[in-house]
Amino acid sequence: MASNNSIKKTLIVAFSLCVICSVVVSSAAVVLKPKQVQNQELDRKSNIMQVTQLYKPGDDVEEKYAELITPRVVNLETGEYSEDLDPGSYDQFDAARDPATSRTLSGDDDIAGIGRQENFSTVYLVGNPDDPEQIVMPIRGQGLWGLMEGFLSVRGDGNTIVGLSYYDQSETPGLGGEVDNPRWKAKWEGKKIYEDGDFQDPQIQLVKGGASGDYEVDALSGASLTSRGVTNMLRFWLSEGGYAPYLARFHGDSQGGA
Amino acid sequence: MATDSVKDIVLSPVFKNNPIALQVLGICSALAVTNSMSVSLVMGLAVIAVTAFSSMFVSLIRNHIPSSIRIIVQMTIIASLVIVVDQVLRAYAYDMSKQLSVFVGLIITNCIVMGRAEAYAMQNGPVMSFLDGVGNGLGYAVILLVVGFIRELLGSGSVFGLTILPTVQNGGWYVPNGLMLLPPSAFFVIGLLIWVLRSLNPEQIEKTEYRIVANSKTKIKEASHV
Repeated sequence: MASNNSIKKTLIVAFSLCVICSVVVSSAAVVLKPKQVQNQELDRKSNIMQVTQLYKPGDDVEEKYAELITPRVVNLETGEYSEDLDPGSYDQFDAARDPATSRTLSGDDDIAGIGRQENFSTVYLVGNPDDPEQIVMPIRGQGLWGLMEGFLSVRGDGNTIVGLSYYDQSETPGLGGEVDNPRWKAKWEGKKIYEDGDFQDPQIQLVKGGASGDYEVDALSGASLTSRGVTNMLRFWLSEGGYAPYLARFHGDSQGGA
Repeated sequence: MATDSVKDIVLSPVFKNNPIALQVLGICSALAVTNSMSVSLVMGLAVIAVTAFSSMFVSLIRNHIPSSIRIIVQMTIIASLVIVVDQVLRAYAYDMSKQLSVFVGLIITNCIVMGRAEAYAMQNGPVMSFLDGVGNGLGYAVILLVVGFIRELLGSGSVFGLTILPTVQNGGWYVPNGLMLLPPSAFFVIGLLIWVLRSLNPEQIEKTEYRIVANSKTKIKEASHV
């Protein structure tokens, strides 16, 4: 045993252990990487499919997604599609961190509590990309405990909600966590965002006790701050700084067509 | 030690010498991941794998580990295995790994893994060490599943995601206990479990190691300085 404690032996053991362990760890990471990336993609796609309400249990997500969804990158300021950015590789979360591709939000502008907002966002069009049945938009904002990330889907008129669902949130289980409850999510269908084509000012909100009309959804009971977070994030993403210029185009289109 | 039978090695940590219930180790992750049974099960399996293989590898090289760096050698082996387990979960059980989030990584800090490597694997052969790791991992997993069962049933009215008690939120009659979904409830559940186990097996109760002195006087001189 004494020989084990010589400096030479200690160094040899430490060095060879490090080499072996690093080989094991890095090969596990490299070998499993493609599978993990595929899982993340699949997860994102199934979240998108679920918010469109077109997904039934048992459907092949990849197949349905390829059949129905066309991703596009939108310039949030002008509401025009970007020709330069490839929707397949553009990552708006990376863009939101980079000062060159995002803007800082401050004080009253930042009702969603996200700090920075990207200049371009990916949207997912369901059906014919030129005249989509639905438009799925990523949204995010602060809840009670942390950032809530999800998708909002609206009909081709840019005004009628199909669904809202969060794929990442850390709200109190049983209270704010009920944003994941299918019964609550079902209440969003058919609600309207803007009144009389006024795309400056989204009207949709959560109200306590007995929502009525097209612009109100029942708040979550026992979760005032989560409900406020949801209202604020919708107000933010659907207003002038968010998707409003983009959605307004669909309103114009449908009027022109009629 | 070498005469221990395989059955004893695997089963005694599950019932008689449970790492959570008797030794009160590994409590932190037991609090965090037991709000549903499926998550508890995956966490239990991950800990079994890490404890078993880390004990085996430590035991394999136990005669070559310099005692001055033995703890760091054990940690390196455990940490590498935890990363491998985490990567495998991300590749093959993506939903689970999202729910477990950082707690897979925190298996590294689970005292059970390190405790078995130091207490058993450093003195025993690789096969027995492997089995000892499986046994202790099982002991951890069993408690996790019991706590997970109680918390999921009372907190969400379901077991393994299947509805047993239809909750009010879903149009049923059961008003779920919200506390059960939060980590502190596991403290109460584990505490009650330990109470039950020690009532059934009185030999598990430790002897009182000290007696609190009745009403000792404060020294006035010292107190005035504070």
